[in-house]
Amino acid sequence: MTTAPAIELKGISKSFGPVQANKDISICVMPGTIHGIIGENGAGKSTLMSILYGFYKADAGEIFIAGQKTTIPDSQAAIAAGIGMVFQHFKLVENFTVLENIVLGAEDSGLLRPSLARARRELKALADEYELNVDPDAVVQDIGVGMQQRVEILKALYRRADILILDEPTGVLTPAEADHLFRILENLKREGKTIILITHKLREIMDATDTVSVMRRGEMTATVKTADTSPAELAELMVGRKVLLQVEKAPAQVGATILDVQNLNVTDNKGVHRVKDVSFNVKAGEILGIAGVSGNGQSELLEVLGGYEKATGQILMNGTPIDLTGAKSDGRSRRARGIAHVPEDRQREGLIMDYQAWENVAFGYHHDPAFQSGMFMNHAAIKADTVEKMARFDVRPPDPRLAAKSFSGGNQQKIVLAREIERNPDLLLIGQPTRGVDIGAIEFIHQQIVALRDQGKAILLVSVELEEILALSDRIAVMFDGRMMGERMPQDTDEKELGMMMAGMTKEDAA
Amino acid sequence: MDLLTILQVLDSTMRLAVPLLLACLAGLYSERAGIFDIGLEGKMLAAAFLSAAVAYTSGSAWVGLGAGIVASLALSAVHGLASITFRGNQLISGVAINFLAAGLTVVVAQSWFGQGGRTPQLAGAARFEPITLPFAEAIRDVAFIGPVYYELISGHTALVYIALLFVPLTWWVMYRTRFGLRLRAVGENPAAVDTAGISVVGLRYVAVLICGVLCGIAGAYLATALQASFVKDMSAGRGFIALAALIFAKWRPWYVLYACLLFGFLQAMALRPDVIESVLSFKVNAQLLDVLPYILTVIILAGFVGKAIPPRAGGEPYVKER
Amino acid sequence: MDAMPKWADVVLIPLISLILAAILSALVILAIGESPVEALNLMIEGALGSTYGWGYTLYYATNFIFTGLAVSVAFHARMFNIGGEGQAMLGGLGVALICLYIPWPHWSLALFGAAIAAALFGAAWAAIPAFLQAKRGSHIVITTIMFNFIAAALLNYLLIGALKPTGSMEPATGKFPEATHLPSFQDMFSFGETALFRGAPANVSFFVAIIACFAVWALIWKTKLGYEIRSFGHSETAAKYAGISPTKIIMVSMLISGGLAGMMAINNVQGEAERLVLNAVEGAGFIGIAVALMGRSHPFGVFLAAILFGFLYQGGAELALWTKIPREMIVVIQALVILFTGALDDMVRAPLERMFLAMRRKGDA
Repeated sequence: MTTAPAIELKGISKSFGPVQANKDISICVMPGTIHGIIGENGAGKSTLMSILYGFYKADAGEIFIAGQKTTIPDSQAAIAAGIGMVFQHFKLVENFTVLENIVLGAEDSGLLRPSLARARRELKALADEYELNVDPDAVVQDIGVGMQQRVEILKALYRRADILILDEPTGVLTPAEADHLFRILENLKREGKTIILITHKLREIMDATDTVSVMRRGEMTATVKTADTSPAELAELMVGRKVLLQVEKAPAQVGATILDVQNLNVTDNKGVHRVKDVSFNVKAGEILGIAGVSGNGQSELLEVLGGYEKATGQILMNGTPIDLTGAKSDGRSRRARGIAHVPEDRQREGLIMDYQAWENVAFGYHHDPAFQSGMFMNHAAIKADTVEKMARFDVRPPDPRLAAKSFSGGNQQKIVLAREIERNPDLLLIGQPTRGVDIGAIEFIHQQIVALRDQGKAILLVSVELEEILALSDRIAVMFDGRMMGERMPQDTDEKELGMMMAGMTKEDAA
Repeated sequence: MDLLTILQVLDSTMRLAVPLLLACLAGLYSERAGIFDIGLEGKMLAAAFLSAAVAYTSGSAWVGLGAGIVASLALSAVHGLASITFRGNQLISGVAINFLAAGLTVVVAQSWFGQGGRTPQLAGAARFEPITLPFAEAIRDVAFIGPVYYELISGHTALVYIALLFVPLTWWVMYRTRFGLRLRAVGENPAAVDTAGISVVGLRYVAVLICGVLCGIAGAYLATALQASFVKDMSAGRGFIALAALIFAKWRPWYVLYACLLFGFLQAMALRPDVIESVLSFKVNAQLLDVLPYILTVIILAGFVGKAIPPRAGGEPYVKER
Repeated sequence: MDAMPKWADVVLIPLISLILAAILSALVILAIGESPVEALNLMIEGALGSTYGWGYTLYYATNFIFTGLAVSVAFHARMFNIGGEGQAMLGGLGVALICLYIPWPHWSLALFGAAIAAALFGAAWAAIPAFLQAKRGSHIVITTIMFNFIAAALLNYLLIGALKPTGSMEPATGKFPEATHLPSFQDMFSFGETALFRGAPANVSFFVAIIACFAVWALIWKTKLGYEIRSFGHSETAAKYAGISPTKIIMVSMLISGGLAGMMAINNVQGEAERLVLNAVEGAGFIGIAVALMGRSHPFGVFLAAILFGFLYQGGAELALWTKIPREMIVVIQALVILFTGALDDMVRAPLERMFLAMRRKGDA
C-alpha cells in the first residue's frame, strides 16, 4: 500500500475580475517532505496557497488532504484539516502578548484564564521539542521579526497543524536567522510534518527542499526533485527563457565626492532612535549599495536624504550643507539640489495610484516652470513630456491617460524611474529598485542604473536583496540596528561575510 | 458651602454622567472592535423618542426601555451594514445616522402625537422612579454617612445602577473572556482574527449591536428617567461628548467612568451658577458654562492631557489581503 | 482597467442613490399617512411652479452651493469638515460687523467687503480645528462638531448682549443700513409692469456662488495648489515624498473650506434677513455634506445638487404649510442622501460594476 499524498490539488483555477491568477493547477505533496513553490512576483503562488488556506474560494478544482476530498470554505476549515500558514506579513496582534496571540481563535472555553494556562504549558513542550523558544509574556511589538515568525509557527503547531505553509519566510530575516528557520523546518519534517515553502529565491529552494514546483503566469510549469535540477534550469522555467543572472558593467570611473553624510542621527516620531551616528559618502560615477535586513534604518536614511524625515548631523551635497530640520528640509528643496529619489515603496510613496500616468510624471516636479502656463498648470506640456518618457523607458501600454494602478509592477517602476532619471540628477537615491518587478523589467532597470552611473552620476542603492547589492554595487556598506557595520568592496567580500554583518556581527565576533 | 449643596451637585453629577457613561461604553465596544461610531448621538436620540412614545402609550417605563433599545439597534444595524458589509466610510455613515434620527424623531412624533414634535409628559409607571435603597431612611440622620448615603447613593432610578454595573461588567468581558480577547484583536488587526478562523464580520456586528443596546438604554434614560418626555434634539451633543470621554479614557472601561463623571460634573455645574458664584465669588457667564464641556473636549482632543492611541484598525473597513 | 465607464460613475451612481433615497422618503411619508405623489406635486408646484417659488429655491440653493463647495474642497484633501454650520454662523457675524459699523456708499462695495469679512471669519473658525489636526492629530470631525456648539453659544452670547440694540427684546442685531441691501431677483429681473420673483429672497449672491463654483473648479483642477491638495487627499505618504507639506495642505484646504462656508452669510444675512438673527444658518452647513457627496465633490455636481436641495427645502416648507409633514422631513431626506451616496456607495457600486464587467465580457467574446 502506498501512502496518500498529504495534499493533492486538482485543476485549481481562480480569477480576480479580468485577471486569471491560477489556471488549472494540479500539485501533489507527499507527507514528511519539504516542497518548494517558486515563481516570479505575480505568478500566482500566494493565490494558490490562500485558496488552500480558505482565504479565497477557487472558481474550479478539487482539494484532497491525506487522500480525502476536502472543501475549504474558510480558514476555520483549513485549520480543522490540519493546515497552518505563516504569511509573508505576519498576522499578529501587536499589542497582545505572545501567549494571547497563540490562544486567539483556539481558546478552550468562554473564559480566558484556563485557556492561557494550558497554552503556557503546551508552549513549553513545543519549545523543547522544536527549538522554538519564545517568552510567552513578551508583547509582540517589542520582539524582533525573527521571534515574531516563531510565534506564527507556534500558532500553527498549537492548532495541531500537520501541514505548514510558509510564504516568503526569509524576506525579513538575516541569513543566519534564515538558517535557523531551515533547521526548525528540518526538525518539523523529521516529526512527520509536511512543509510547503513559497519563495522567489533559488538558493533557498536548492538548500531546503525535497521537491520543487515552478509557477509562471498562473500556471504550474513543472514539478521536479530538487536533487535533479539546477538554479539555471529553475530560472529558465520561471521566466520561460534563458536569463542573465549577472549584470554586465564596466569598471567604475569614480569622480569627486557628491554626497557626504556625517554623523547622521534620526529619531522617529515614536521616539525610536532609527539611525545612529551614520557617516558615509557617495562619489560621482559609482554605485554605493547599502545592504541590510529591512527595518535597520535604511528606510529612514532614504527619507532624510529625500527630505521627508528630520535628522541631526550634517549632509553635504556637492560640498554645501543641506537643511535637515528647517524650512528647506523638504522634497522640493532636495530636488532643486540635484537629488532624485526612487522610493522603496512605489505604491505608497512614488506614485498616486489613482492618478493617470501623466499626473504622476509631474509628481514632485509640479513646480517645474516648463509645466506651468500663467497661474495654471500646463496639462498639455506634461502629457507631451509623459509620452516622450514612456517611449524612452518602454512603458507598456504607452498611454499617458491610464491610471497608475492599471500598470504592472514593472511598468509602474519604469514610470517612476523615467521621472527621476530624466531629471538628470547629480545623485539618485534608489530603494528596492526591483521589488515586485518581473524579471524582464529587472534587467531593464538594472541596465538603466548602470547607464546613469556611467554618465558620471552618484547612485545610492538600498536593497534587502543581497544578490542585487552584489550584482550592482561598486562599493557596499552594511546597516544593522541603525549603524553602519562597515564597508566592503564587492570583489573582497561574499554573501557569507555580508550576511554576518547584516546580523550585527563583525569578523572579530565570528572568529 | 454646606454638605447638602455639595451632595446636591454630586447627585446631579451622577444623574448627568449616566447617559454619557452608557453612550461612552457603547462607543467602547464599537471602537475596540475597529468601528468608529459618531452616530452615538443619533442612536440615543432615536431611543429617547421611541422609549418615551412607547412608555406613554403602554404606561410602562420598562416597555419603553425595550422600545428604545429596538430603535437604537435598528440604527446600529444600518451602521453595521454600511461600515462592515459594504465597507463604507464609517464617519459618513455616523453623520447620516445622526441626521436620520434628528429628522425621523420629529416627523414621527408630530404625526403620532401632534404636539410639535414632542411626546406628552410621562407620569407614574411610564417613568423610571427613584429607588430608595435599604436603610436610607433609617440612617438618614447619622452624621455625614447618613446624608451621603441618602442623597448621593440612594434615590436614583434603576437605570443609574444598571449603568454603573456595566463598568465592571465591561472590564470583565474585555479582559477576562474569549469574546473580549477576540473583540480587542479585531480592532487591532482584523487579519489576525481572520486567519485564526474567526469571522471578522460576525465579531464586528456583535460589537456594533452591543453598542446599539447601550445607546438604547442611554436614550431611554434621557427621556424616561432624567426628563419626563421626549423633546426635539434632546440628546444635545451628549453622543459627541461621550466620544471625547472615550478618547480621554483611552478606550479603557474604568477610565471611561472617571471621564464621564468629570463631564457630568461640568454639566452639573452649568446648572448651578449660584454655586459657582459662591465658590469663585464672581459671576460666570451662562453661555460659557454651557460650552465648557465642548471646550474641554477640544482640549482633550488636542492631546494636552496625554496622547491617546486608538485601536489600530479603527475606521478602516477590513479587506482581505494576500 | 476600471470596471465601469466614467459616465456611470459620475451620473448613474448618484442617480440610483438618489432614487433609493427618494423611495425610502416616500415610504416614510406613506407611513405617516400622507400621499407621496401628492406631496411631490405640492413640492414641485411650491418650489418650481412660479418665479416666487424659484426665488426661494435659488435662495436656498445659493446657501447650499457655498456650504457644498466648502465640504468638497476639504474632501479633496480627505478632510471631513462637519463644521460648515459653525463657520457659516461666524461668517454671519463678520457680515453683520462689516455692514453695521462701516458706512458703505454702495451695495456693490458692501457686498465685496462683506464677502471678504464672511470668508475671513469662517476661515478663522476653521483654523483652530485645522491646526489641531495638522499639529496634534486631533480628529477634525469631532473638533469641528465641537466648534459648531461653541459657535452657537458665542452668537447666543453676542446677540443677547453686545450686538443687540438697546431696548430690543429680540436676540438679533439691528437692521443693516439701506446702502448695504443687496439687489434681489425682483429688483434685477422685473421689467415695467411684470414683477418677477416678487417677495422672494433670491439675490445677487446667487451669482457670487456661481463665480465661486468656477473659482473652486480652477483651483482644484488647474492650479498647483489644487494638484497638491488632491495628491495629499489620495495619499499622505506619497505627498510627503513629493515635498508637499501636510501641515500646509491641511491648513490651506480647511481655511478655504471655512471661508466658503462663511461666505454663505452674504446670502442669508446680508441678502435676505438684512440683520443677524439667532440660528440664521438653519442647518445649511450640514446640508453641504449631502450636497458635496451627491455632487461627487465637483463644483458642477455641487451646483446641481444644491439646486436639488434648494427645491427640497422650499418644497419641504410648502409641505409643512399645507400638510401634516413637518419641515424635519427634509432632514430625513438629507440623511438618506448622505447614507446612500456616502456610506452605502459600495452597495450601489458593486452590482453595477459586476453588470458592466459582464457586459464587457460578452462584448469581448
